[in-house]
Amino acid sequence: MSAAWATVLAVGAGTAALKAVGPVVVGGRRVPPRLFGVLSMLAPALLAALVVVEGFAAGRSLVLDARLAGLAAGALAVALRAPIWLVVLAGGAATALVRLIG
Amino acid sequence: MPAAFALGASFGVLARASHVGALAAVVMSGTTFAGSAQVAAISVLGGGGTVAAAVVAALLLNARYAVIGMTVAESFRGSVLRRFGESQLVIDESWALSGGGTPRFDRRVMLGVGVALWVGWVGGTAGGALLGGLIDPSSFGLDGAFAALFLALLAAQLRSRRAVVAAAGGALIAAVLTPVAPPGVPILAATVAALAGWSRT
Repeated sequence: MSAAWATVLAVGAGTAALKAVGPVVVGGRRVPPRLFGVLSMLAPALLAALVVVEGFAAGRSLVLDARLAGLAAGALAVALRAPIWLVVLAGGAATALVRLIG
Repeated sequence: MPAAFALGASFGVLARASHVGALAAVVMSGTTFAGSAQVAAISVLGGGGTVAAAVVAALLLNARYAVIGMTVAESFRGSVLRRFGESQLVIDESWALSGGGTPRFDRRVMLGVGVALWVGWVGGTAGGALLGGLIDPSSFGLDGAFAALFLALLAAQLRSRRAVVAAAGGALIAAVLTPVAPPGVPILAATVAALAGWSRT
C-alpha cells in the first residue's frame, strides 16, 4: 500500500472515531472546561506551525525564498476577505512568478 | 456550500500535485470530511514526513471534534449505527450554524447543513483532483499555495486572544525545532502551545 493510501485510511478511521465518541459513547456528560479549552487551541497552534514549515523550511533550515511572496499575496487576499480558492491561487501564482523571474 | 466546494477543489488540486491519486483524495474527503486536517496530512507527506507524522498531525487537528461531539451528544437518539452516521456530519461549520454549544442546538439543522457541506466538499475535491492532473506542479508554486492556504485556515481560527497566543507559540516552536528535528516533528511539537487554552477566560 502506498504512503498516500495508508494516510488516507488511517486519518479517515481516526477522524470517524473522534467524531463518534461523543454521540455514540459518552452521552450527555459535561466536558471539563479546561480540556475543552486546550483541545480547541490545537487547531490554531498546529496551523501556525504548518504556515512556518510550509513557508520557510527547506529540509532542516529556515530560508526566505519565493514562498515569502506567496505568503504575502495570500495574507493580502485574506485581509481583503477574498474567497479561499483565490487565496490559494494568489499564493501559488506569486510564488511561481517570483521563481520565474529569480 | 460554494465555500465548501472551493476549499474542496483547492484540496483536490494540492493533493494531485503532492502525488496523491484522484481516487485517494476523493475517498479522503468522503471519510475524513475535515479540511485543515486533510491539507495538513498531504503537506506533511509532501514535505518528507513519515505516514505516522502525517496521521498524528491530522488527528491532533481533529481532536477538537471529540469535544464538539460531546457538547451535542445528548441530542442524538436511536441505534449505535444511526448515531455513528449522524455524528460524522458534525464539523465546525455545521455545529456553529445549528447552535452548537448553546441550549438551542438543533440536530436537524446540523444534519441538513452537514449533508450540503459534504456534497460540496466531496464534489469540489473530485473537480479539483481532475483539474490538478492537468497542472504541472513544478511550475505552479505548490509550496507557496500550501503556505497561503494554511494562513487562510489559521486566520479563520484567530477569534480569541488565547487563539493568538496558541498560534504564536506554535509558530515559534516549529521555527526553533525545524533545524534540529526530523520533518514532521516540529509540527507535532507545536501542540504544546495549545496549553494556552488551559487558562480560564
